Parts: sequence; C-alpha cells; structure tokens
Amino acid sequence: MKRLGLAILFFAFLVALWEWAFRARIWSPVLLPAPEQVAQYLKNAAEDGTLFHATLITMRRLLTGYLIGIIGGLPLGLLTARWKIFHDTIGTMALGLQTLPSVCWVPLALLWFGQSEAAMLFVVVMGTLWSVVIATDTGVRNVPPIYRRAALTMGSKRLHMWFRVILPAALPFIVSGMKQGWAFAWRSLMAAEIFVTILTGFGLGQLLHYGRELSAMDQVIAIMLVIVVIGLLADKIFFSPIESFLHRRWGTSP
Amino acid sequence: MIFRHKTGSVTEELALIPPSKLAIENVSKSFRTSSGTVLALDRISLSVAEAEFVCLVGASGCGKSTLLNIIAGLEKPDSGRVLADGKPVTTPGRERLVMFQESALFPWLDALGNVLFGLKLKPNLTNRDRLDVARYYLELVGLTRFERANIHELSGGMKQRVALARALAPNPRVLLMDEPFAALDALTREQLYGDLQQIWTSRRKTIVFVTHNVREAACLGDRVLLFSPHPGRIQEEFPIDLPRPRDINNVDLAARASRIMHALKSFGQTEAAAVAK
Ligand SMILES: Nc1ncnc2c1ncn2[C@@H]1O[C@H](COP(=O)(O)OP(=O)(O)O)[C@@H](O)[C@H]1O
Ligand SMILES: [Mg+2]
Repeated sequence: MKRLGLAILFFAFLVALWEWAFRARIWSPVLLPAPEQVAQYLKNAAEDGTLFHATLITMRRLLTGYLIGIIGGLPLGLLTARWKIFHDTIGTMALGLQTLPSVCWVPLALLWFGQSEAAMLFVVVMGTLWSVVIATDTGVRNVPPIYRRAALTMGSKRLHMWFRVILPAALPFIVSGMKQGWAFAWRSLMAAEIFVTILTGFGLGQLLHYGRELSAMDQVIAIMLVIVVIGLLADKIFFSPIESFLHRRWGTSP
Repeated sequence: MIFRHKTGSVTEELALIPPSKLAIENVSKSFRTSSGTVLALDRISLSVAEAEFVCLVGASGCGKSTLLNIIAGLEKPDSGRVLADGKPVTTPGRERLVMFQESALFPWLDALGNVLFGLKLKPNLTNRDRLDVARYYLELVGLTRFERANIHELSGGMKQRVALARALAPNPRVLLMDEPFAALDALTREQLYGDLQQIWTSRRKTIVFVTHNVREAACLGDRVLLFSPHPGRIQEEFPIDLPRPRDINNVDLAARASRIMHALKSFGQTEAAAVAK
C-alpha cells in the first residue's frame, strides 16, 4: 500500500512538473501542450472509438505475430539444442539476426510485401522469432544433466523426456526469452506501423504517425502514453505472474 | 532370506545361495581427459544376490560412481557386461532406480509431484493408485505434511527423504545409491540409516550403496567392498554379520569399521609408495 502511494505521488509530481513547464512557456504550446489538452484528446478519441479501434488493431497484429514467433521459435530452439548441425546453422543465423534491430527489417518488408498487413506481420515475427530461438536453445543447454539422468532411470524417454523434463527445466530461460521477444515484437510493430501507412487499419503507430503529419502534439503525446501503458499492463498482467510463479517454485529471488 | 549362513557342507551352502540379482562381469571403463586417459574401472567383477545390501567404499575418484552408472545403464562399459536377472543391461530402466548424491529432485514439481514422477511412467495403475502409493512413501519418510512444499523450501535432509521416497515409489527391485547422505549432518544421517534399514528389511530390495564413509558402510551393508583407485579395482571384501537394526555408534560396528579403515589406509600408503618410486 505504501509502495503504491509513493508511486502515485511520483507520477502526480511528474504531471505537476509538466503543467508547470507548460505554464512557464518554456517551449511553445505547439511543442508542449498542457496535460489537460492531452487528456482532452484521449477523452475524445476514447469516446468516438478511434482509440479503442486502433488499440484493437494493434493488439491483433502484435498477438498474431508474437504467437507465430513463439510457435516457430520454440521448436527451432529445441532443434538447435538437440542437434549440432542445426546449432551450427540455424543457431548461428538466429544469433546474428537477433542482434539486428527490428526496425531494420522494415525496408525489406516494404519491398517484399508492399504497404500491407503482411509487411507488418513479417516485421513482428522477425522481431520475436530469433530471441525465442536463442532463449529456448540456451535454456535446454542449461538443464542440469542430472535431471535427465534421474528421469532416465525412472523410465522417461523421448517425448516424455522432452515435455516432462527438459522443457519444464528450461522454463525460466524460455519465459525470459518470451518476455524479451514480446519487447522486441512491440518495438518492431510500432516501427512497422509508423512506416507502413496502409489505409485498411489504423493502429496506434499510424495514429502517432498522423499526429506528426498534422503537428498535433496532443495526439502524439497521448498515443505515446497509451503505448507505454499497454507495455506496462502486458508486463503486470501476463509476465509478472508467470515470473513470480517461477521464482516461488525455483526459490530464486525476483 | 539371509545369506552367508552359519556353516554346513559346501554343497548345502551352495544350494542356499540364491541366483545373483546383479552380475558385473569384467567391466572396464576409461575416460579421456585433458591430462591423459584415466582408467576408472579395471576389470571389475562382482555379483549381488537378491535382497542383498552391498556397500562400495573407496576414496573419491576411484570409480564408484562410474560403476554405479554402468549398473544403472546410464553409461556403457568399454568392455565386460552387467547382467540384471541374467539379462544384459543396455539402457536405464525403472527396475534399477538411482538415488544421487546431490538432490536430483525436479524444482518445477512439488514434493508429491516428484514422488509421482516415476509412478506416472508405470503402466497398469490408476491415478488414484498412484496418488495413494506416493502418499504412502511420503508418509514412510515422514513428510506427509510437506507434500505440497516446493523443493527449495525443504532442508537438505528432507530433500534426500523425498528423493528416497521417489526412488522407492515405483517399487524397483534394485536400488542404486550414490553417496545419498554425504551432504547431510550427522544427526539427520543417523535417522536416515534407521529409516533405510527398516525399509530394506520390510521391502526386500537389492541395494548397492556407494559411500566414502567406512562406518556408514559397516552400518548398512551385508558386505562391504573396498575399492582402490588408479586403476579402480575391488581390493578386499568384508562380510558384516552383525544383527539388525544396527546402530552406527555400536562398539562391534566400530571395530569392523576400523578394520576396514585400516585396509583402506594401507593401500593408500602402497599407492603413495608406488608414486614415490
Ligand atoms: N565423464 C567423465 N569424464 C572424464 N573423467 C571422468 C568422468 N567421470 C569420471 N571420470 C574420472 O574417473 C575417475 C572415477 O570417477 P568417479 O567414478 O566419479 O569416482 P568416485 O565416484 O569414486 O569418486 C575419476 O578419476 C574421474 O576423474
Ligand atoms: Mg562419486
């Protein structure tokens, strides 16, 4: 409770600072709108459905790409961990591509797929896939051999070994890889939405882009706030519970 | 069944010896390391009778774990073979369960889940049966109250008790134990000696127990086999015919232990002399 109070106080202070900077006319109001203007924009956008719609479209793109990245990345990671030949080939490629900032995929995606949904999906998948591959591979390689040996003597083999021993043992690594994949997917989708200006569906990135085109600073800041809040919520609602479950089970400190 | 009975004619005695449960025949194993090839086991032969408790004692690095792993089927010998019930061992299997020195419990499962792990791999049981059996063994090792505990919440002694329950639950005929109590304090260890002897007596398991603790070996084993290092060989055999249950602090037991200790030291010295030459 006390921690929550302090956090609220901190954010109230930030808003107050912002309000003060606006009133002191440090920057032109065009560049720095009042908190109230931003709130007004959010209220209007929420009421006319723009915000809801854009968030929905963005989340749909994000989840689709993210799921494809995980569904592809997990088995690839298992393959690279299990067979040297895959480790030397796919593993090396994953390691290389993971270091590539995901926005770098955008020009390629635009040329291949044009201004389309496919282009955005491609960028998100590329952002997620490689970090999931790497994390799964690392996780499986770090499973203490004694777990395997103990399971072997109890009669576990093949699929049972993979699903009941190796994957659960590698879970902490895999989850942190999924979390990193999520962060990459989110970043790459925003990059994609800002660059891929299609007319079929306006996501948050596109709202941000048109905010800039119209020099509507209240819109730019408001959308940025929404993006930050979604990122925070994903962490608190999805990843935090999984991580704290793992910490409780494994006895690792959070 | 008790072995190495009193006396009697040779033929009578031979008739009494049950067929061996485990037969290790001329097993050799070497490892290539950065500092050359290590001959970990040199033509080891040994047989273990049904329901016998055999202890392997030796300094660390003399190949005890290697031998146990080969019996388990976790490693392959370079030459020689291991027979279990007359059939060659090629792969690990649940009729020969291993209990390791460090806790090999799975941290993603709770205590009960760990005990259930091996049971779930046993066919022809209902889930209800499995749960009952798992609870029975947790009770046997005195951990009923901790069935929902996470592994890291248990003390070292409790972990080894769960590991013991997990090894016993699928009811293996052979139990291979690799220094299972080495990391525990003396008090916990003494309790576990009592528990283990009681379980062994009531469930008639064949146990091969590895330790570097001579007293522990004398307390638990029907026979104590002394290993010598570099290359690993069985140097001497000590039958222990003291009544059970045995108390580790018993005087007779201490006398046996010191005799074994003496032998252990003596070939330690001959080895040192050989190195000095
Ligand atoms: N996987 C391995 N690779 C290389 N050397 C090994 C391996 N396992 C055991 N050894 C060597 O074999 C010898 C016997 O080891 P081990 O069976 O673990 O002995 P103990 O259990 O009696 O302490 C040691 O010298 C050890 O260094
Ligand atoms: Mg050992």
